[in-house]
Amino acid sequence: MEKRELICIGCPLGCMVQVEMDGAEVTGVTGNTCKRGDDYARKEVTNPTRIVTSIVNVTGGHLDMVSVKTKSDIPKGKIFDCVKALKGVSVKAPVHIGDVIVSDVAGTGVDIIATKEIFAK
Amino acid sequence: MRSYDIVIIGGGPAGLAAAAAAKKSGIDSILILERDKELGGILNQCIHNGFGLHTFKEELTGPEYARRFINEVEELKIEYYLNTMVIDISHEKVVTAMNREEGLFEIQAKAVILAMGCRERARGALNIPGYRPSGIFSAGTAQRLVNMEGYMPGRKVVILGSGDIGLIMARRMTLEGAQVQVVAELMPYSGGLKRNIVQCLDDFGIPLKLSHTVVDIRGKYRVEGITIAEVDSHGKPVPGTEEDYDCDTLLLSCGLIPENELSRGMGVDIEPVTSGPSVNESLETNIDGVFACGNVLHVHDLVDYVSEEATTAGQNAAKYVQGSLAKSSGKVIKLAPTGGVRYTVPKTIDVDRMADELTVRFRVGNVYKNCFISVYFDDEQVVHRKRPVMAPGEMEDVKFKKEKLASYPDLKTITIKIEEA
Repeated sequence: MEKRELICIGCPLGCMVQVEMDGAEVTGVTGNTCKRGDDYARKEVTNPTRIVTSIVNVTGGHLDMVSVKTKSDIPKGKIFDCVKALKGVSVKAPVHIGDVIVSDVAGTGVDIIATKEIFAK
Repeated sequence: MRSYDIVIIGGGPAGLAAAAAAKKSGIDSILILERDKELGGILNQCIHNGFGLHTFKEELTGPEYARRFINEVEELKIEYYLNTMVIDISHEKVVTAMNREEGLFEIQAKAVILAMGCRERARGALNIPGYRPSGIFSAGTAQRLVNMEGYMPGRKVVILGSGDIGLIMARRMTLEGAQVQVVAELMPYSGGLKRNIVQCLDDFGIPLKLSHTVVDIRGKYRVEGITIAEVDSHGKPVPGTEEDYDCDTLLLSCGLIPENELSRGMGVDIEPVTSGPSVNESLETNIDGVFACGNVLHVHDLVDYVSEEATTAGQNAAKYVQGSLAKSSGKVIKLAPTGGVRYTVPKTIDVDRMADELTVRFRVGNVYKNCFISVYFDDEQVVHRKRPVMAPGEMEDVKFKKEKLASYPDLKTITIKIEEA
């Protein structure tokens, strides 16, 4: 029986969560104060994922950069591939929150979407 | 002179939420003054996610969180001026501002909401020895350069201070190809949120050295390296523990200070612990009709709490203008932070003026494990709430019901303290 201590990152409370594992199987989660903590802990020990945020260039807009994020979390090991895939990407204004900037980024099946409104100049 | 019922100084998260709340409370004549070229304040450069979990039950990035409130302000047709710098507010609530279109102008306000936010502690305030080359940035400046202007401040980075912006920038610079070598923190605990240590440092193998500080900066024109050393329990560097790092950039994330030049100038009393205005239950300062909310009042950990607080300030400013904010009977209950509680916002409660429920926010001065938040009405203990972990980087709160307070007519002091198990 293996025990792992994690800090839940589901929200800013940062609960200390203990995960009991039998080999690769999670046998118990304690210390969490909500369902998100349970979900996070089970995922973190088996398949850790993260939301990735960055920026890409915009042309013809009121600003030169637009902030973006992965629409959902992607495997932790794909973070750098994801950021690399955004290098050199440029979009035209206007850009709306939720617009797809890159689809299926780095083979994750997850889209990169805009997180800021950019108005055409 | 033009005049408005409510003038709000600052169009960041606090100013936006205060404006929306005031408008919804029935005030039509509202003006927001913002010095930047767009509304949203610091949220515009906080492109990471994690905002709004309390308010919207989903994780938003800073710009997305800001946009929800900007949309609301626009739908409510609230007036705002951008690129406008407020340079003075008089005790009589005459706001002096300037911008490129109009030059210098004055506005008479019936009520003022202070929502100017805070600034980062700069190198000059930290007394770091060594040369003064280029390559030393506050973490927030670097954040703006990377996330909004598209510039990289450097390639080999050392970060002093483990405030949230420093932690966020450790990850951001790493993702953009920089090598972040170490985060040094003077205190024996981090000043940032735990989740940021996990997501921004641990994920990328960036070491966090607690009880360490920068003792030398090398390089005459550009940073060439820095030296960090361990500090003893008095914060003094321990000889023989020095470590050299070659780097071209030093980021400082060493605390935020509410920006209260305007408040001081108009005669608002400032609390020494928070560096923010001293306010009562209505978030009103010592000047009638002048309210404060957000990071100008006290530095918050979560923007959700800023929005909540600003909503209260906006509602109370509206009541003040409408003449429905009860005059204080002069009978006020004092809040006394002690035993590990550094301060409270607000400082006083007038039960006649308070809403049905009042949130008192505070921070603790140290890391506490398995301790209790205790509240005393004079000598009687009324709250004894267990908290597994409390840390200076995270805000705590206690809520009071009006009904309950009203049932203690002779109450003079509410003491809030941390008690060991």
